[in-house]
Amino acid sequence: MVTIFFFIFAVTALVSAVLMITYKNPVYSALFLILTFFSLAGMYFLLEAQFIAIVQIIVYAGAIMVLFLFVMMLLNLRQETRLPIGRPFQVALGSIFALILLIQLFFIVKVGLTVSKFGAFPPEKINKIGSVQVIGGELFTNYLFPFEAASILLLVGIIGAIILGRKKLPNEM
Amino acid sequence: MEQAGYAFVDILIVLAKVIVVIGINLLMVMILTLGERRIAGFIQDRYGPNRVGPQGMLQPVADGVKFFFKEEVIPSKAEKVIYVLAPALVLGPALLTFAVIPFGGPLSVVGKEIQLQIAELNVGILYIFALLSLSVYGLVLGGWASNSKYPLMGGLRSAAQMVSYEISMGLAVIGIIMITGSLRLSDVVMHQNELLFGFLPHWNIFLQPLGFIIFIVAAYAETNRVPFDLPEAEPELVGGYHTEYSSMKFASFMMGEYIALITSSALMTTLYFGGWDFPYVDESSLGIWGVLLSIIAFAVKTGFFLFLYLWVRWTLPRFRYDQLMGLGWKVMIPLALFNIIITGVVMSLL
Amino acid sequence: MVPVNYYLIVAAILFALGVLGVLIRRNALIIFMSIELMLNAVNLTFVALARHLHSIDGQIFVFFIMTVAAAEVAVGLAIIISVFRLKGTIHVDEINLLRG
Repeated sequence: MVTIFFFIFAVTALVSAVLMITYKNPVYSALFLILTFFSLAGMYFLLEAQFIAIVQIIVYAGAIMVLFLFVMMLLNLRQETRLPIGRPFQVALGSIFALILLIQLFFIVKVGLTVSKFGAFPPEKINKIGSVQVIGGELFTNYLFPFEAASILLLVGIIGAIILGRKKLPNEM
Repeated sequence: MEQAGYAFVDILIVLAKVIVVIGINLLMVMILTLGERRIAGFIQDRYGPNRVGPQGMLQPVADGVKFFFKEEVIPSKAEKVIYVLAPALVLGPALLTFAVIPFGGPLSVVGKEIQLQIAELNVGILYIFALLSLSVYGLVLGGWASNSKYPLMGGLRSAAQMVSYEISMGLAVIGIIMITGSLRLSDVVMHQNELLFGFLPHWNIFLQPLGFIIFIVAAYAETNRVPFDLPEAEPELVGGYHTEYSSMKFASFMMGEYIALITSSALMTTLYFGGWDFPYVDESSLGIWGVLLSIIAFAVKTGFFLFLYLWVRWTLPRFRYDQLMGLGWKVMIPLALFNIIITGVVMSLL
Repeated sequence: MVPVNYYLIVAAILFALGVLGVLIRRNALIIFMSIELMLNAVNLTFVALARHLHSIDGQIFVFFIMTVAAAEVAVGLAIIISVFRLKGTIHVDEINLLRG
């Protein structure tokens, strides 16, 4: 059962990722990327990471991609879709590099990893306590400093986006 | 994830619940379309539609027939695929949200306990926010795919508005999560099922009044209703994101919108007004009558919030767009953060 | 039970596709989306390995990656908008001046 779902999600994710990088119109690319995100959320559910799965949908599908679509509509880039994807030379070279990277990654997966010590949270334990409680507990104890740093990062992000995105006043030009 | 142990009966029960919930939702949409116009008539001191059937009761049927038989027009310059997909993207998330809302007390039939809730998720509240954040796609894509000015404006407005108000809505609900200590909606309801100080029902509205005000304002903005209906403001944008839509596709947009109203009313009931709890009565001691009472209590509360939606629509004027964004970012979000701090301080003192 | 290697292979292919997208596409928005795809491939690796190694740290790293991605997208899109205001295009080959 899980295996069938895994293959459905994997195939959807990969096919829509391929379509994402090949479609000329950025809006369609964005929609296929959303589909990939949904398949990944499905895989997180299969991996029993319910919290991460839901947050994946809220953050990636619900916020980040809405922003992308918003910008695409704001710029209304219809004329850009007529341009070719890239120069043939670029495409060829890029494909070769990506292929080399992929082969390297496959080798890493094939070598595999040797597990010397298992962590403190086997899946059964996480399920018993609840995914949200476990992550919350860790975030506010062991990971408190990175958590606070992340909030400052978000603040910087907000301020940066406002300063970059606003229209320049005439006397600043 | 392994659910191989699911008996055939269980599947039948789930199926029955799904069918009943969707059926009642669609029925409510019909009642709402009529109610909206009749209440508009009442508030504006005129008759609403009252010709089709007794008191205009069959008007929704007539409207439905009209929608079915109207000609479908797809603008020649529209992006066809997305244009057709958009109404489904509005309707889908709206219908799915109801799956985690408990609409009655647990029912026990021949030794089997049935939860009156389609899916008992342990991340129920997050599930609702996930779907809420998806509901914006239908409007944005519909507006863009029409390839026309006013729908594009409507789509842009709805994207900005819904993303902004989602934040204050989520922050408002954090107060409830803090009190309840659970993301399960059935836990939220059970937690409200007692008495506060011995005489008040233990509903979250008495514990989180500020949170409720933020939530209801954000909900009105999320469902694009007056006073925040700028994505489809007729005087400025003709019809907003669905200007170019006709026939059943337009009807799907309308249905999605009304189902979102029903869901958000049900959500207000569940989160702040005790869900299916009937105050001062212990439902579990009354057997089947207790379950019936709980369903009626849920329906009456939800119905009141639906009426409030219609009432507000014909009473308040519309905001200007900069006022809407200013309210969202400069008033609602600070207030919601303040609410979280107050809740935390009170909880640590008690 | 799906072996952890399957997840890792899917993540590897997704990452390579993201790299490919960055290398061959010239539209700044799609390059940006490809970067998001790579981040997601890494997230999948983290979650799969977290489960395999009986640990929760992987999921917490994913949580932080999502935070960083959200901030990154906000700033990145703001940059793309200001570039578009200046140049009238987001085709990266035509954005070839260091000064505005």
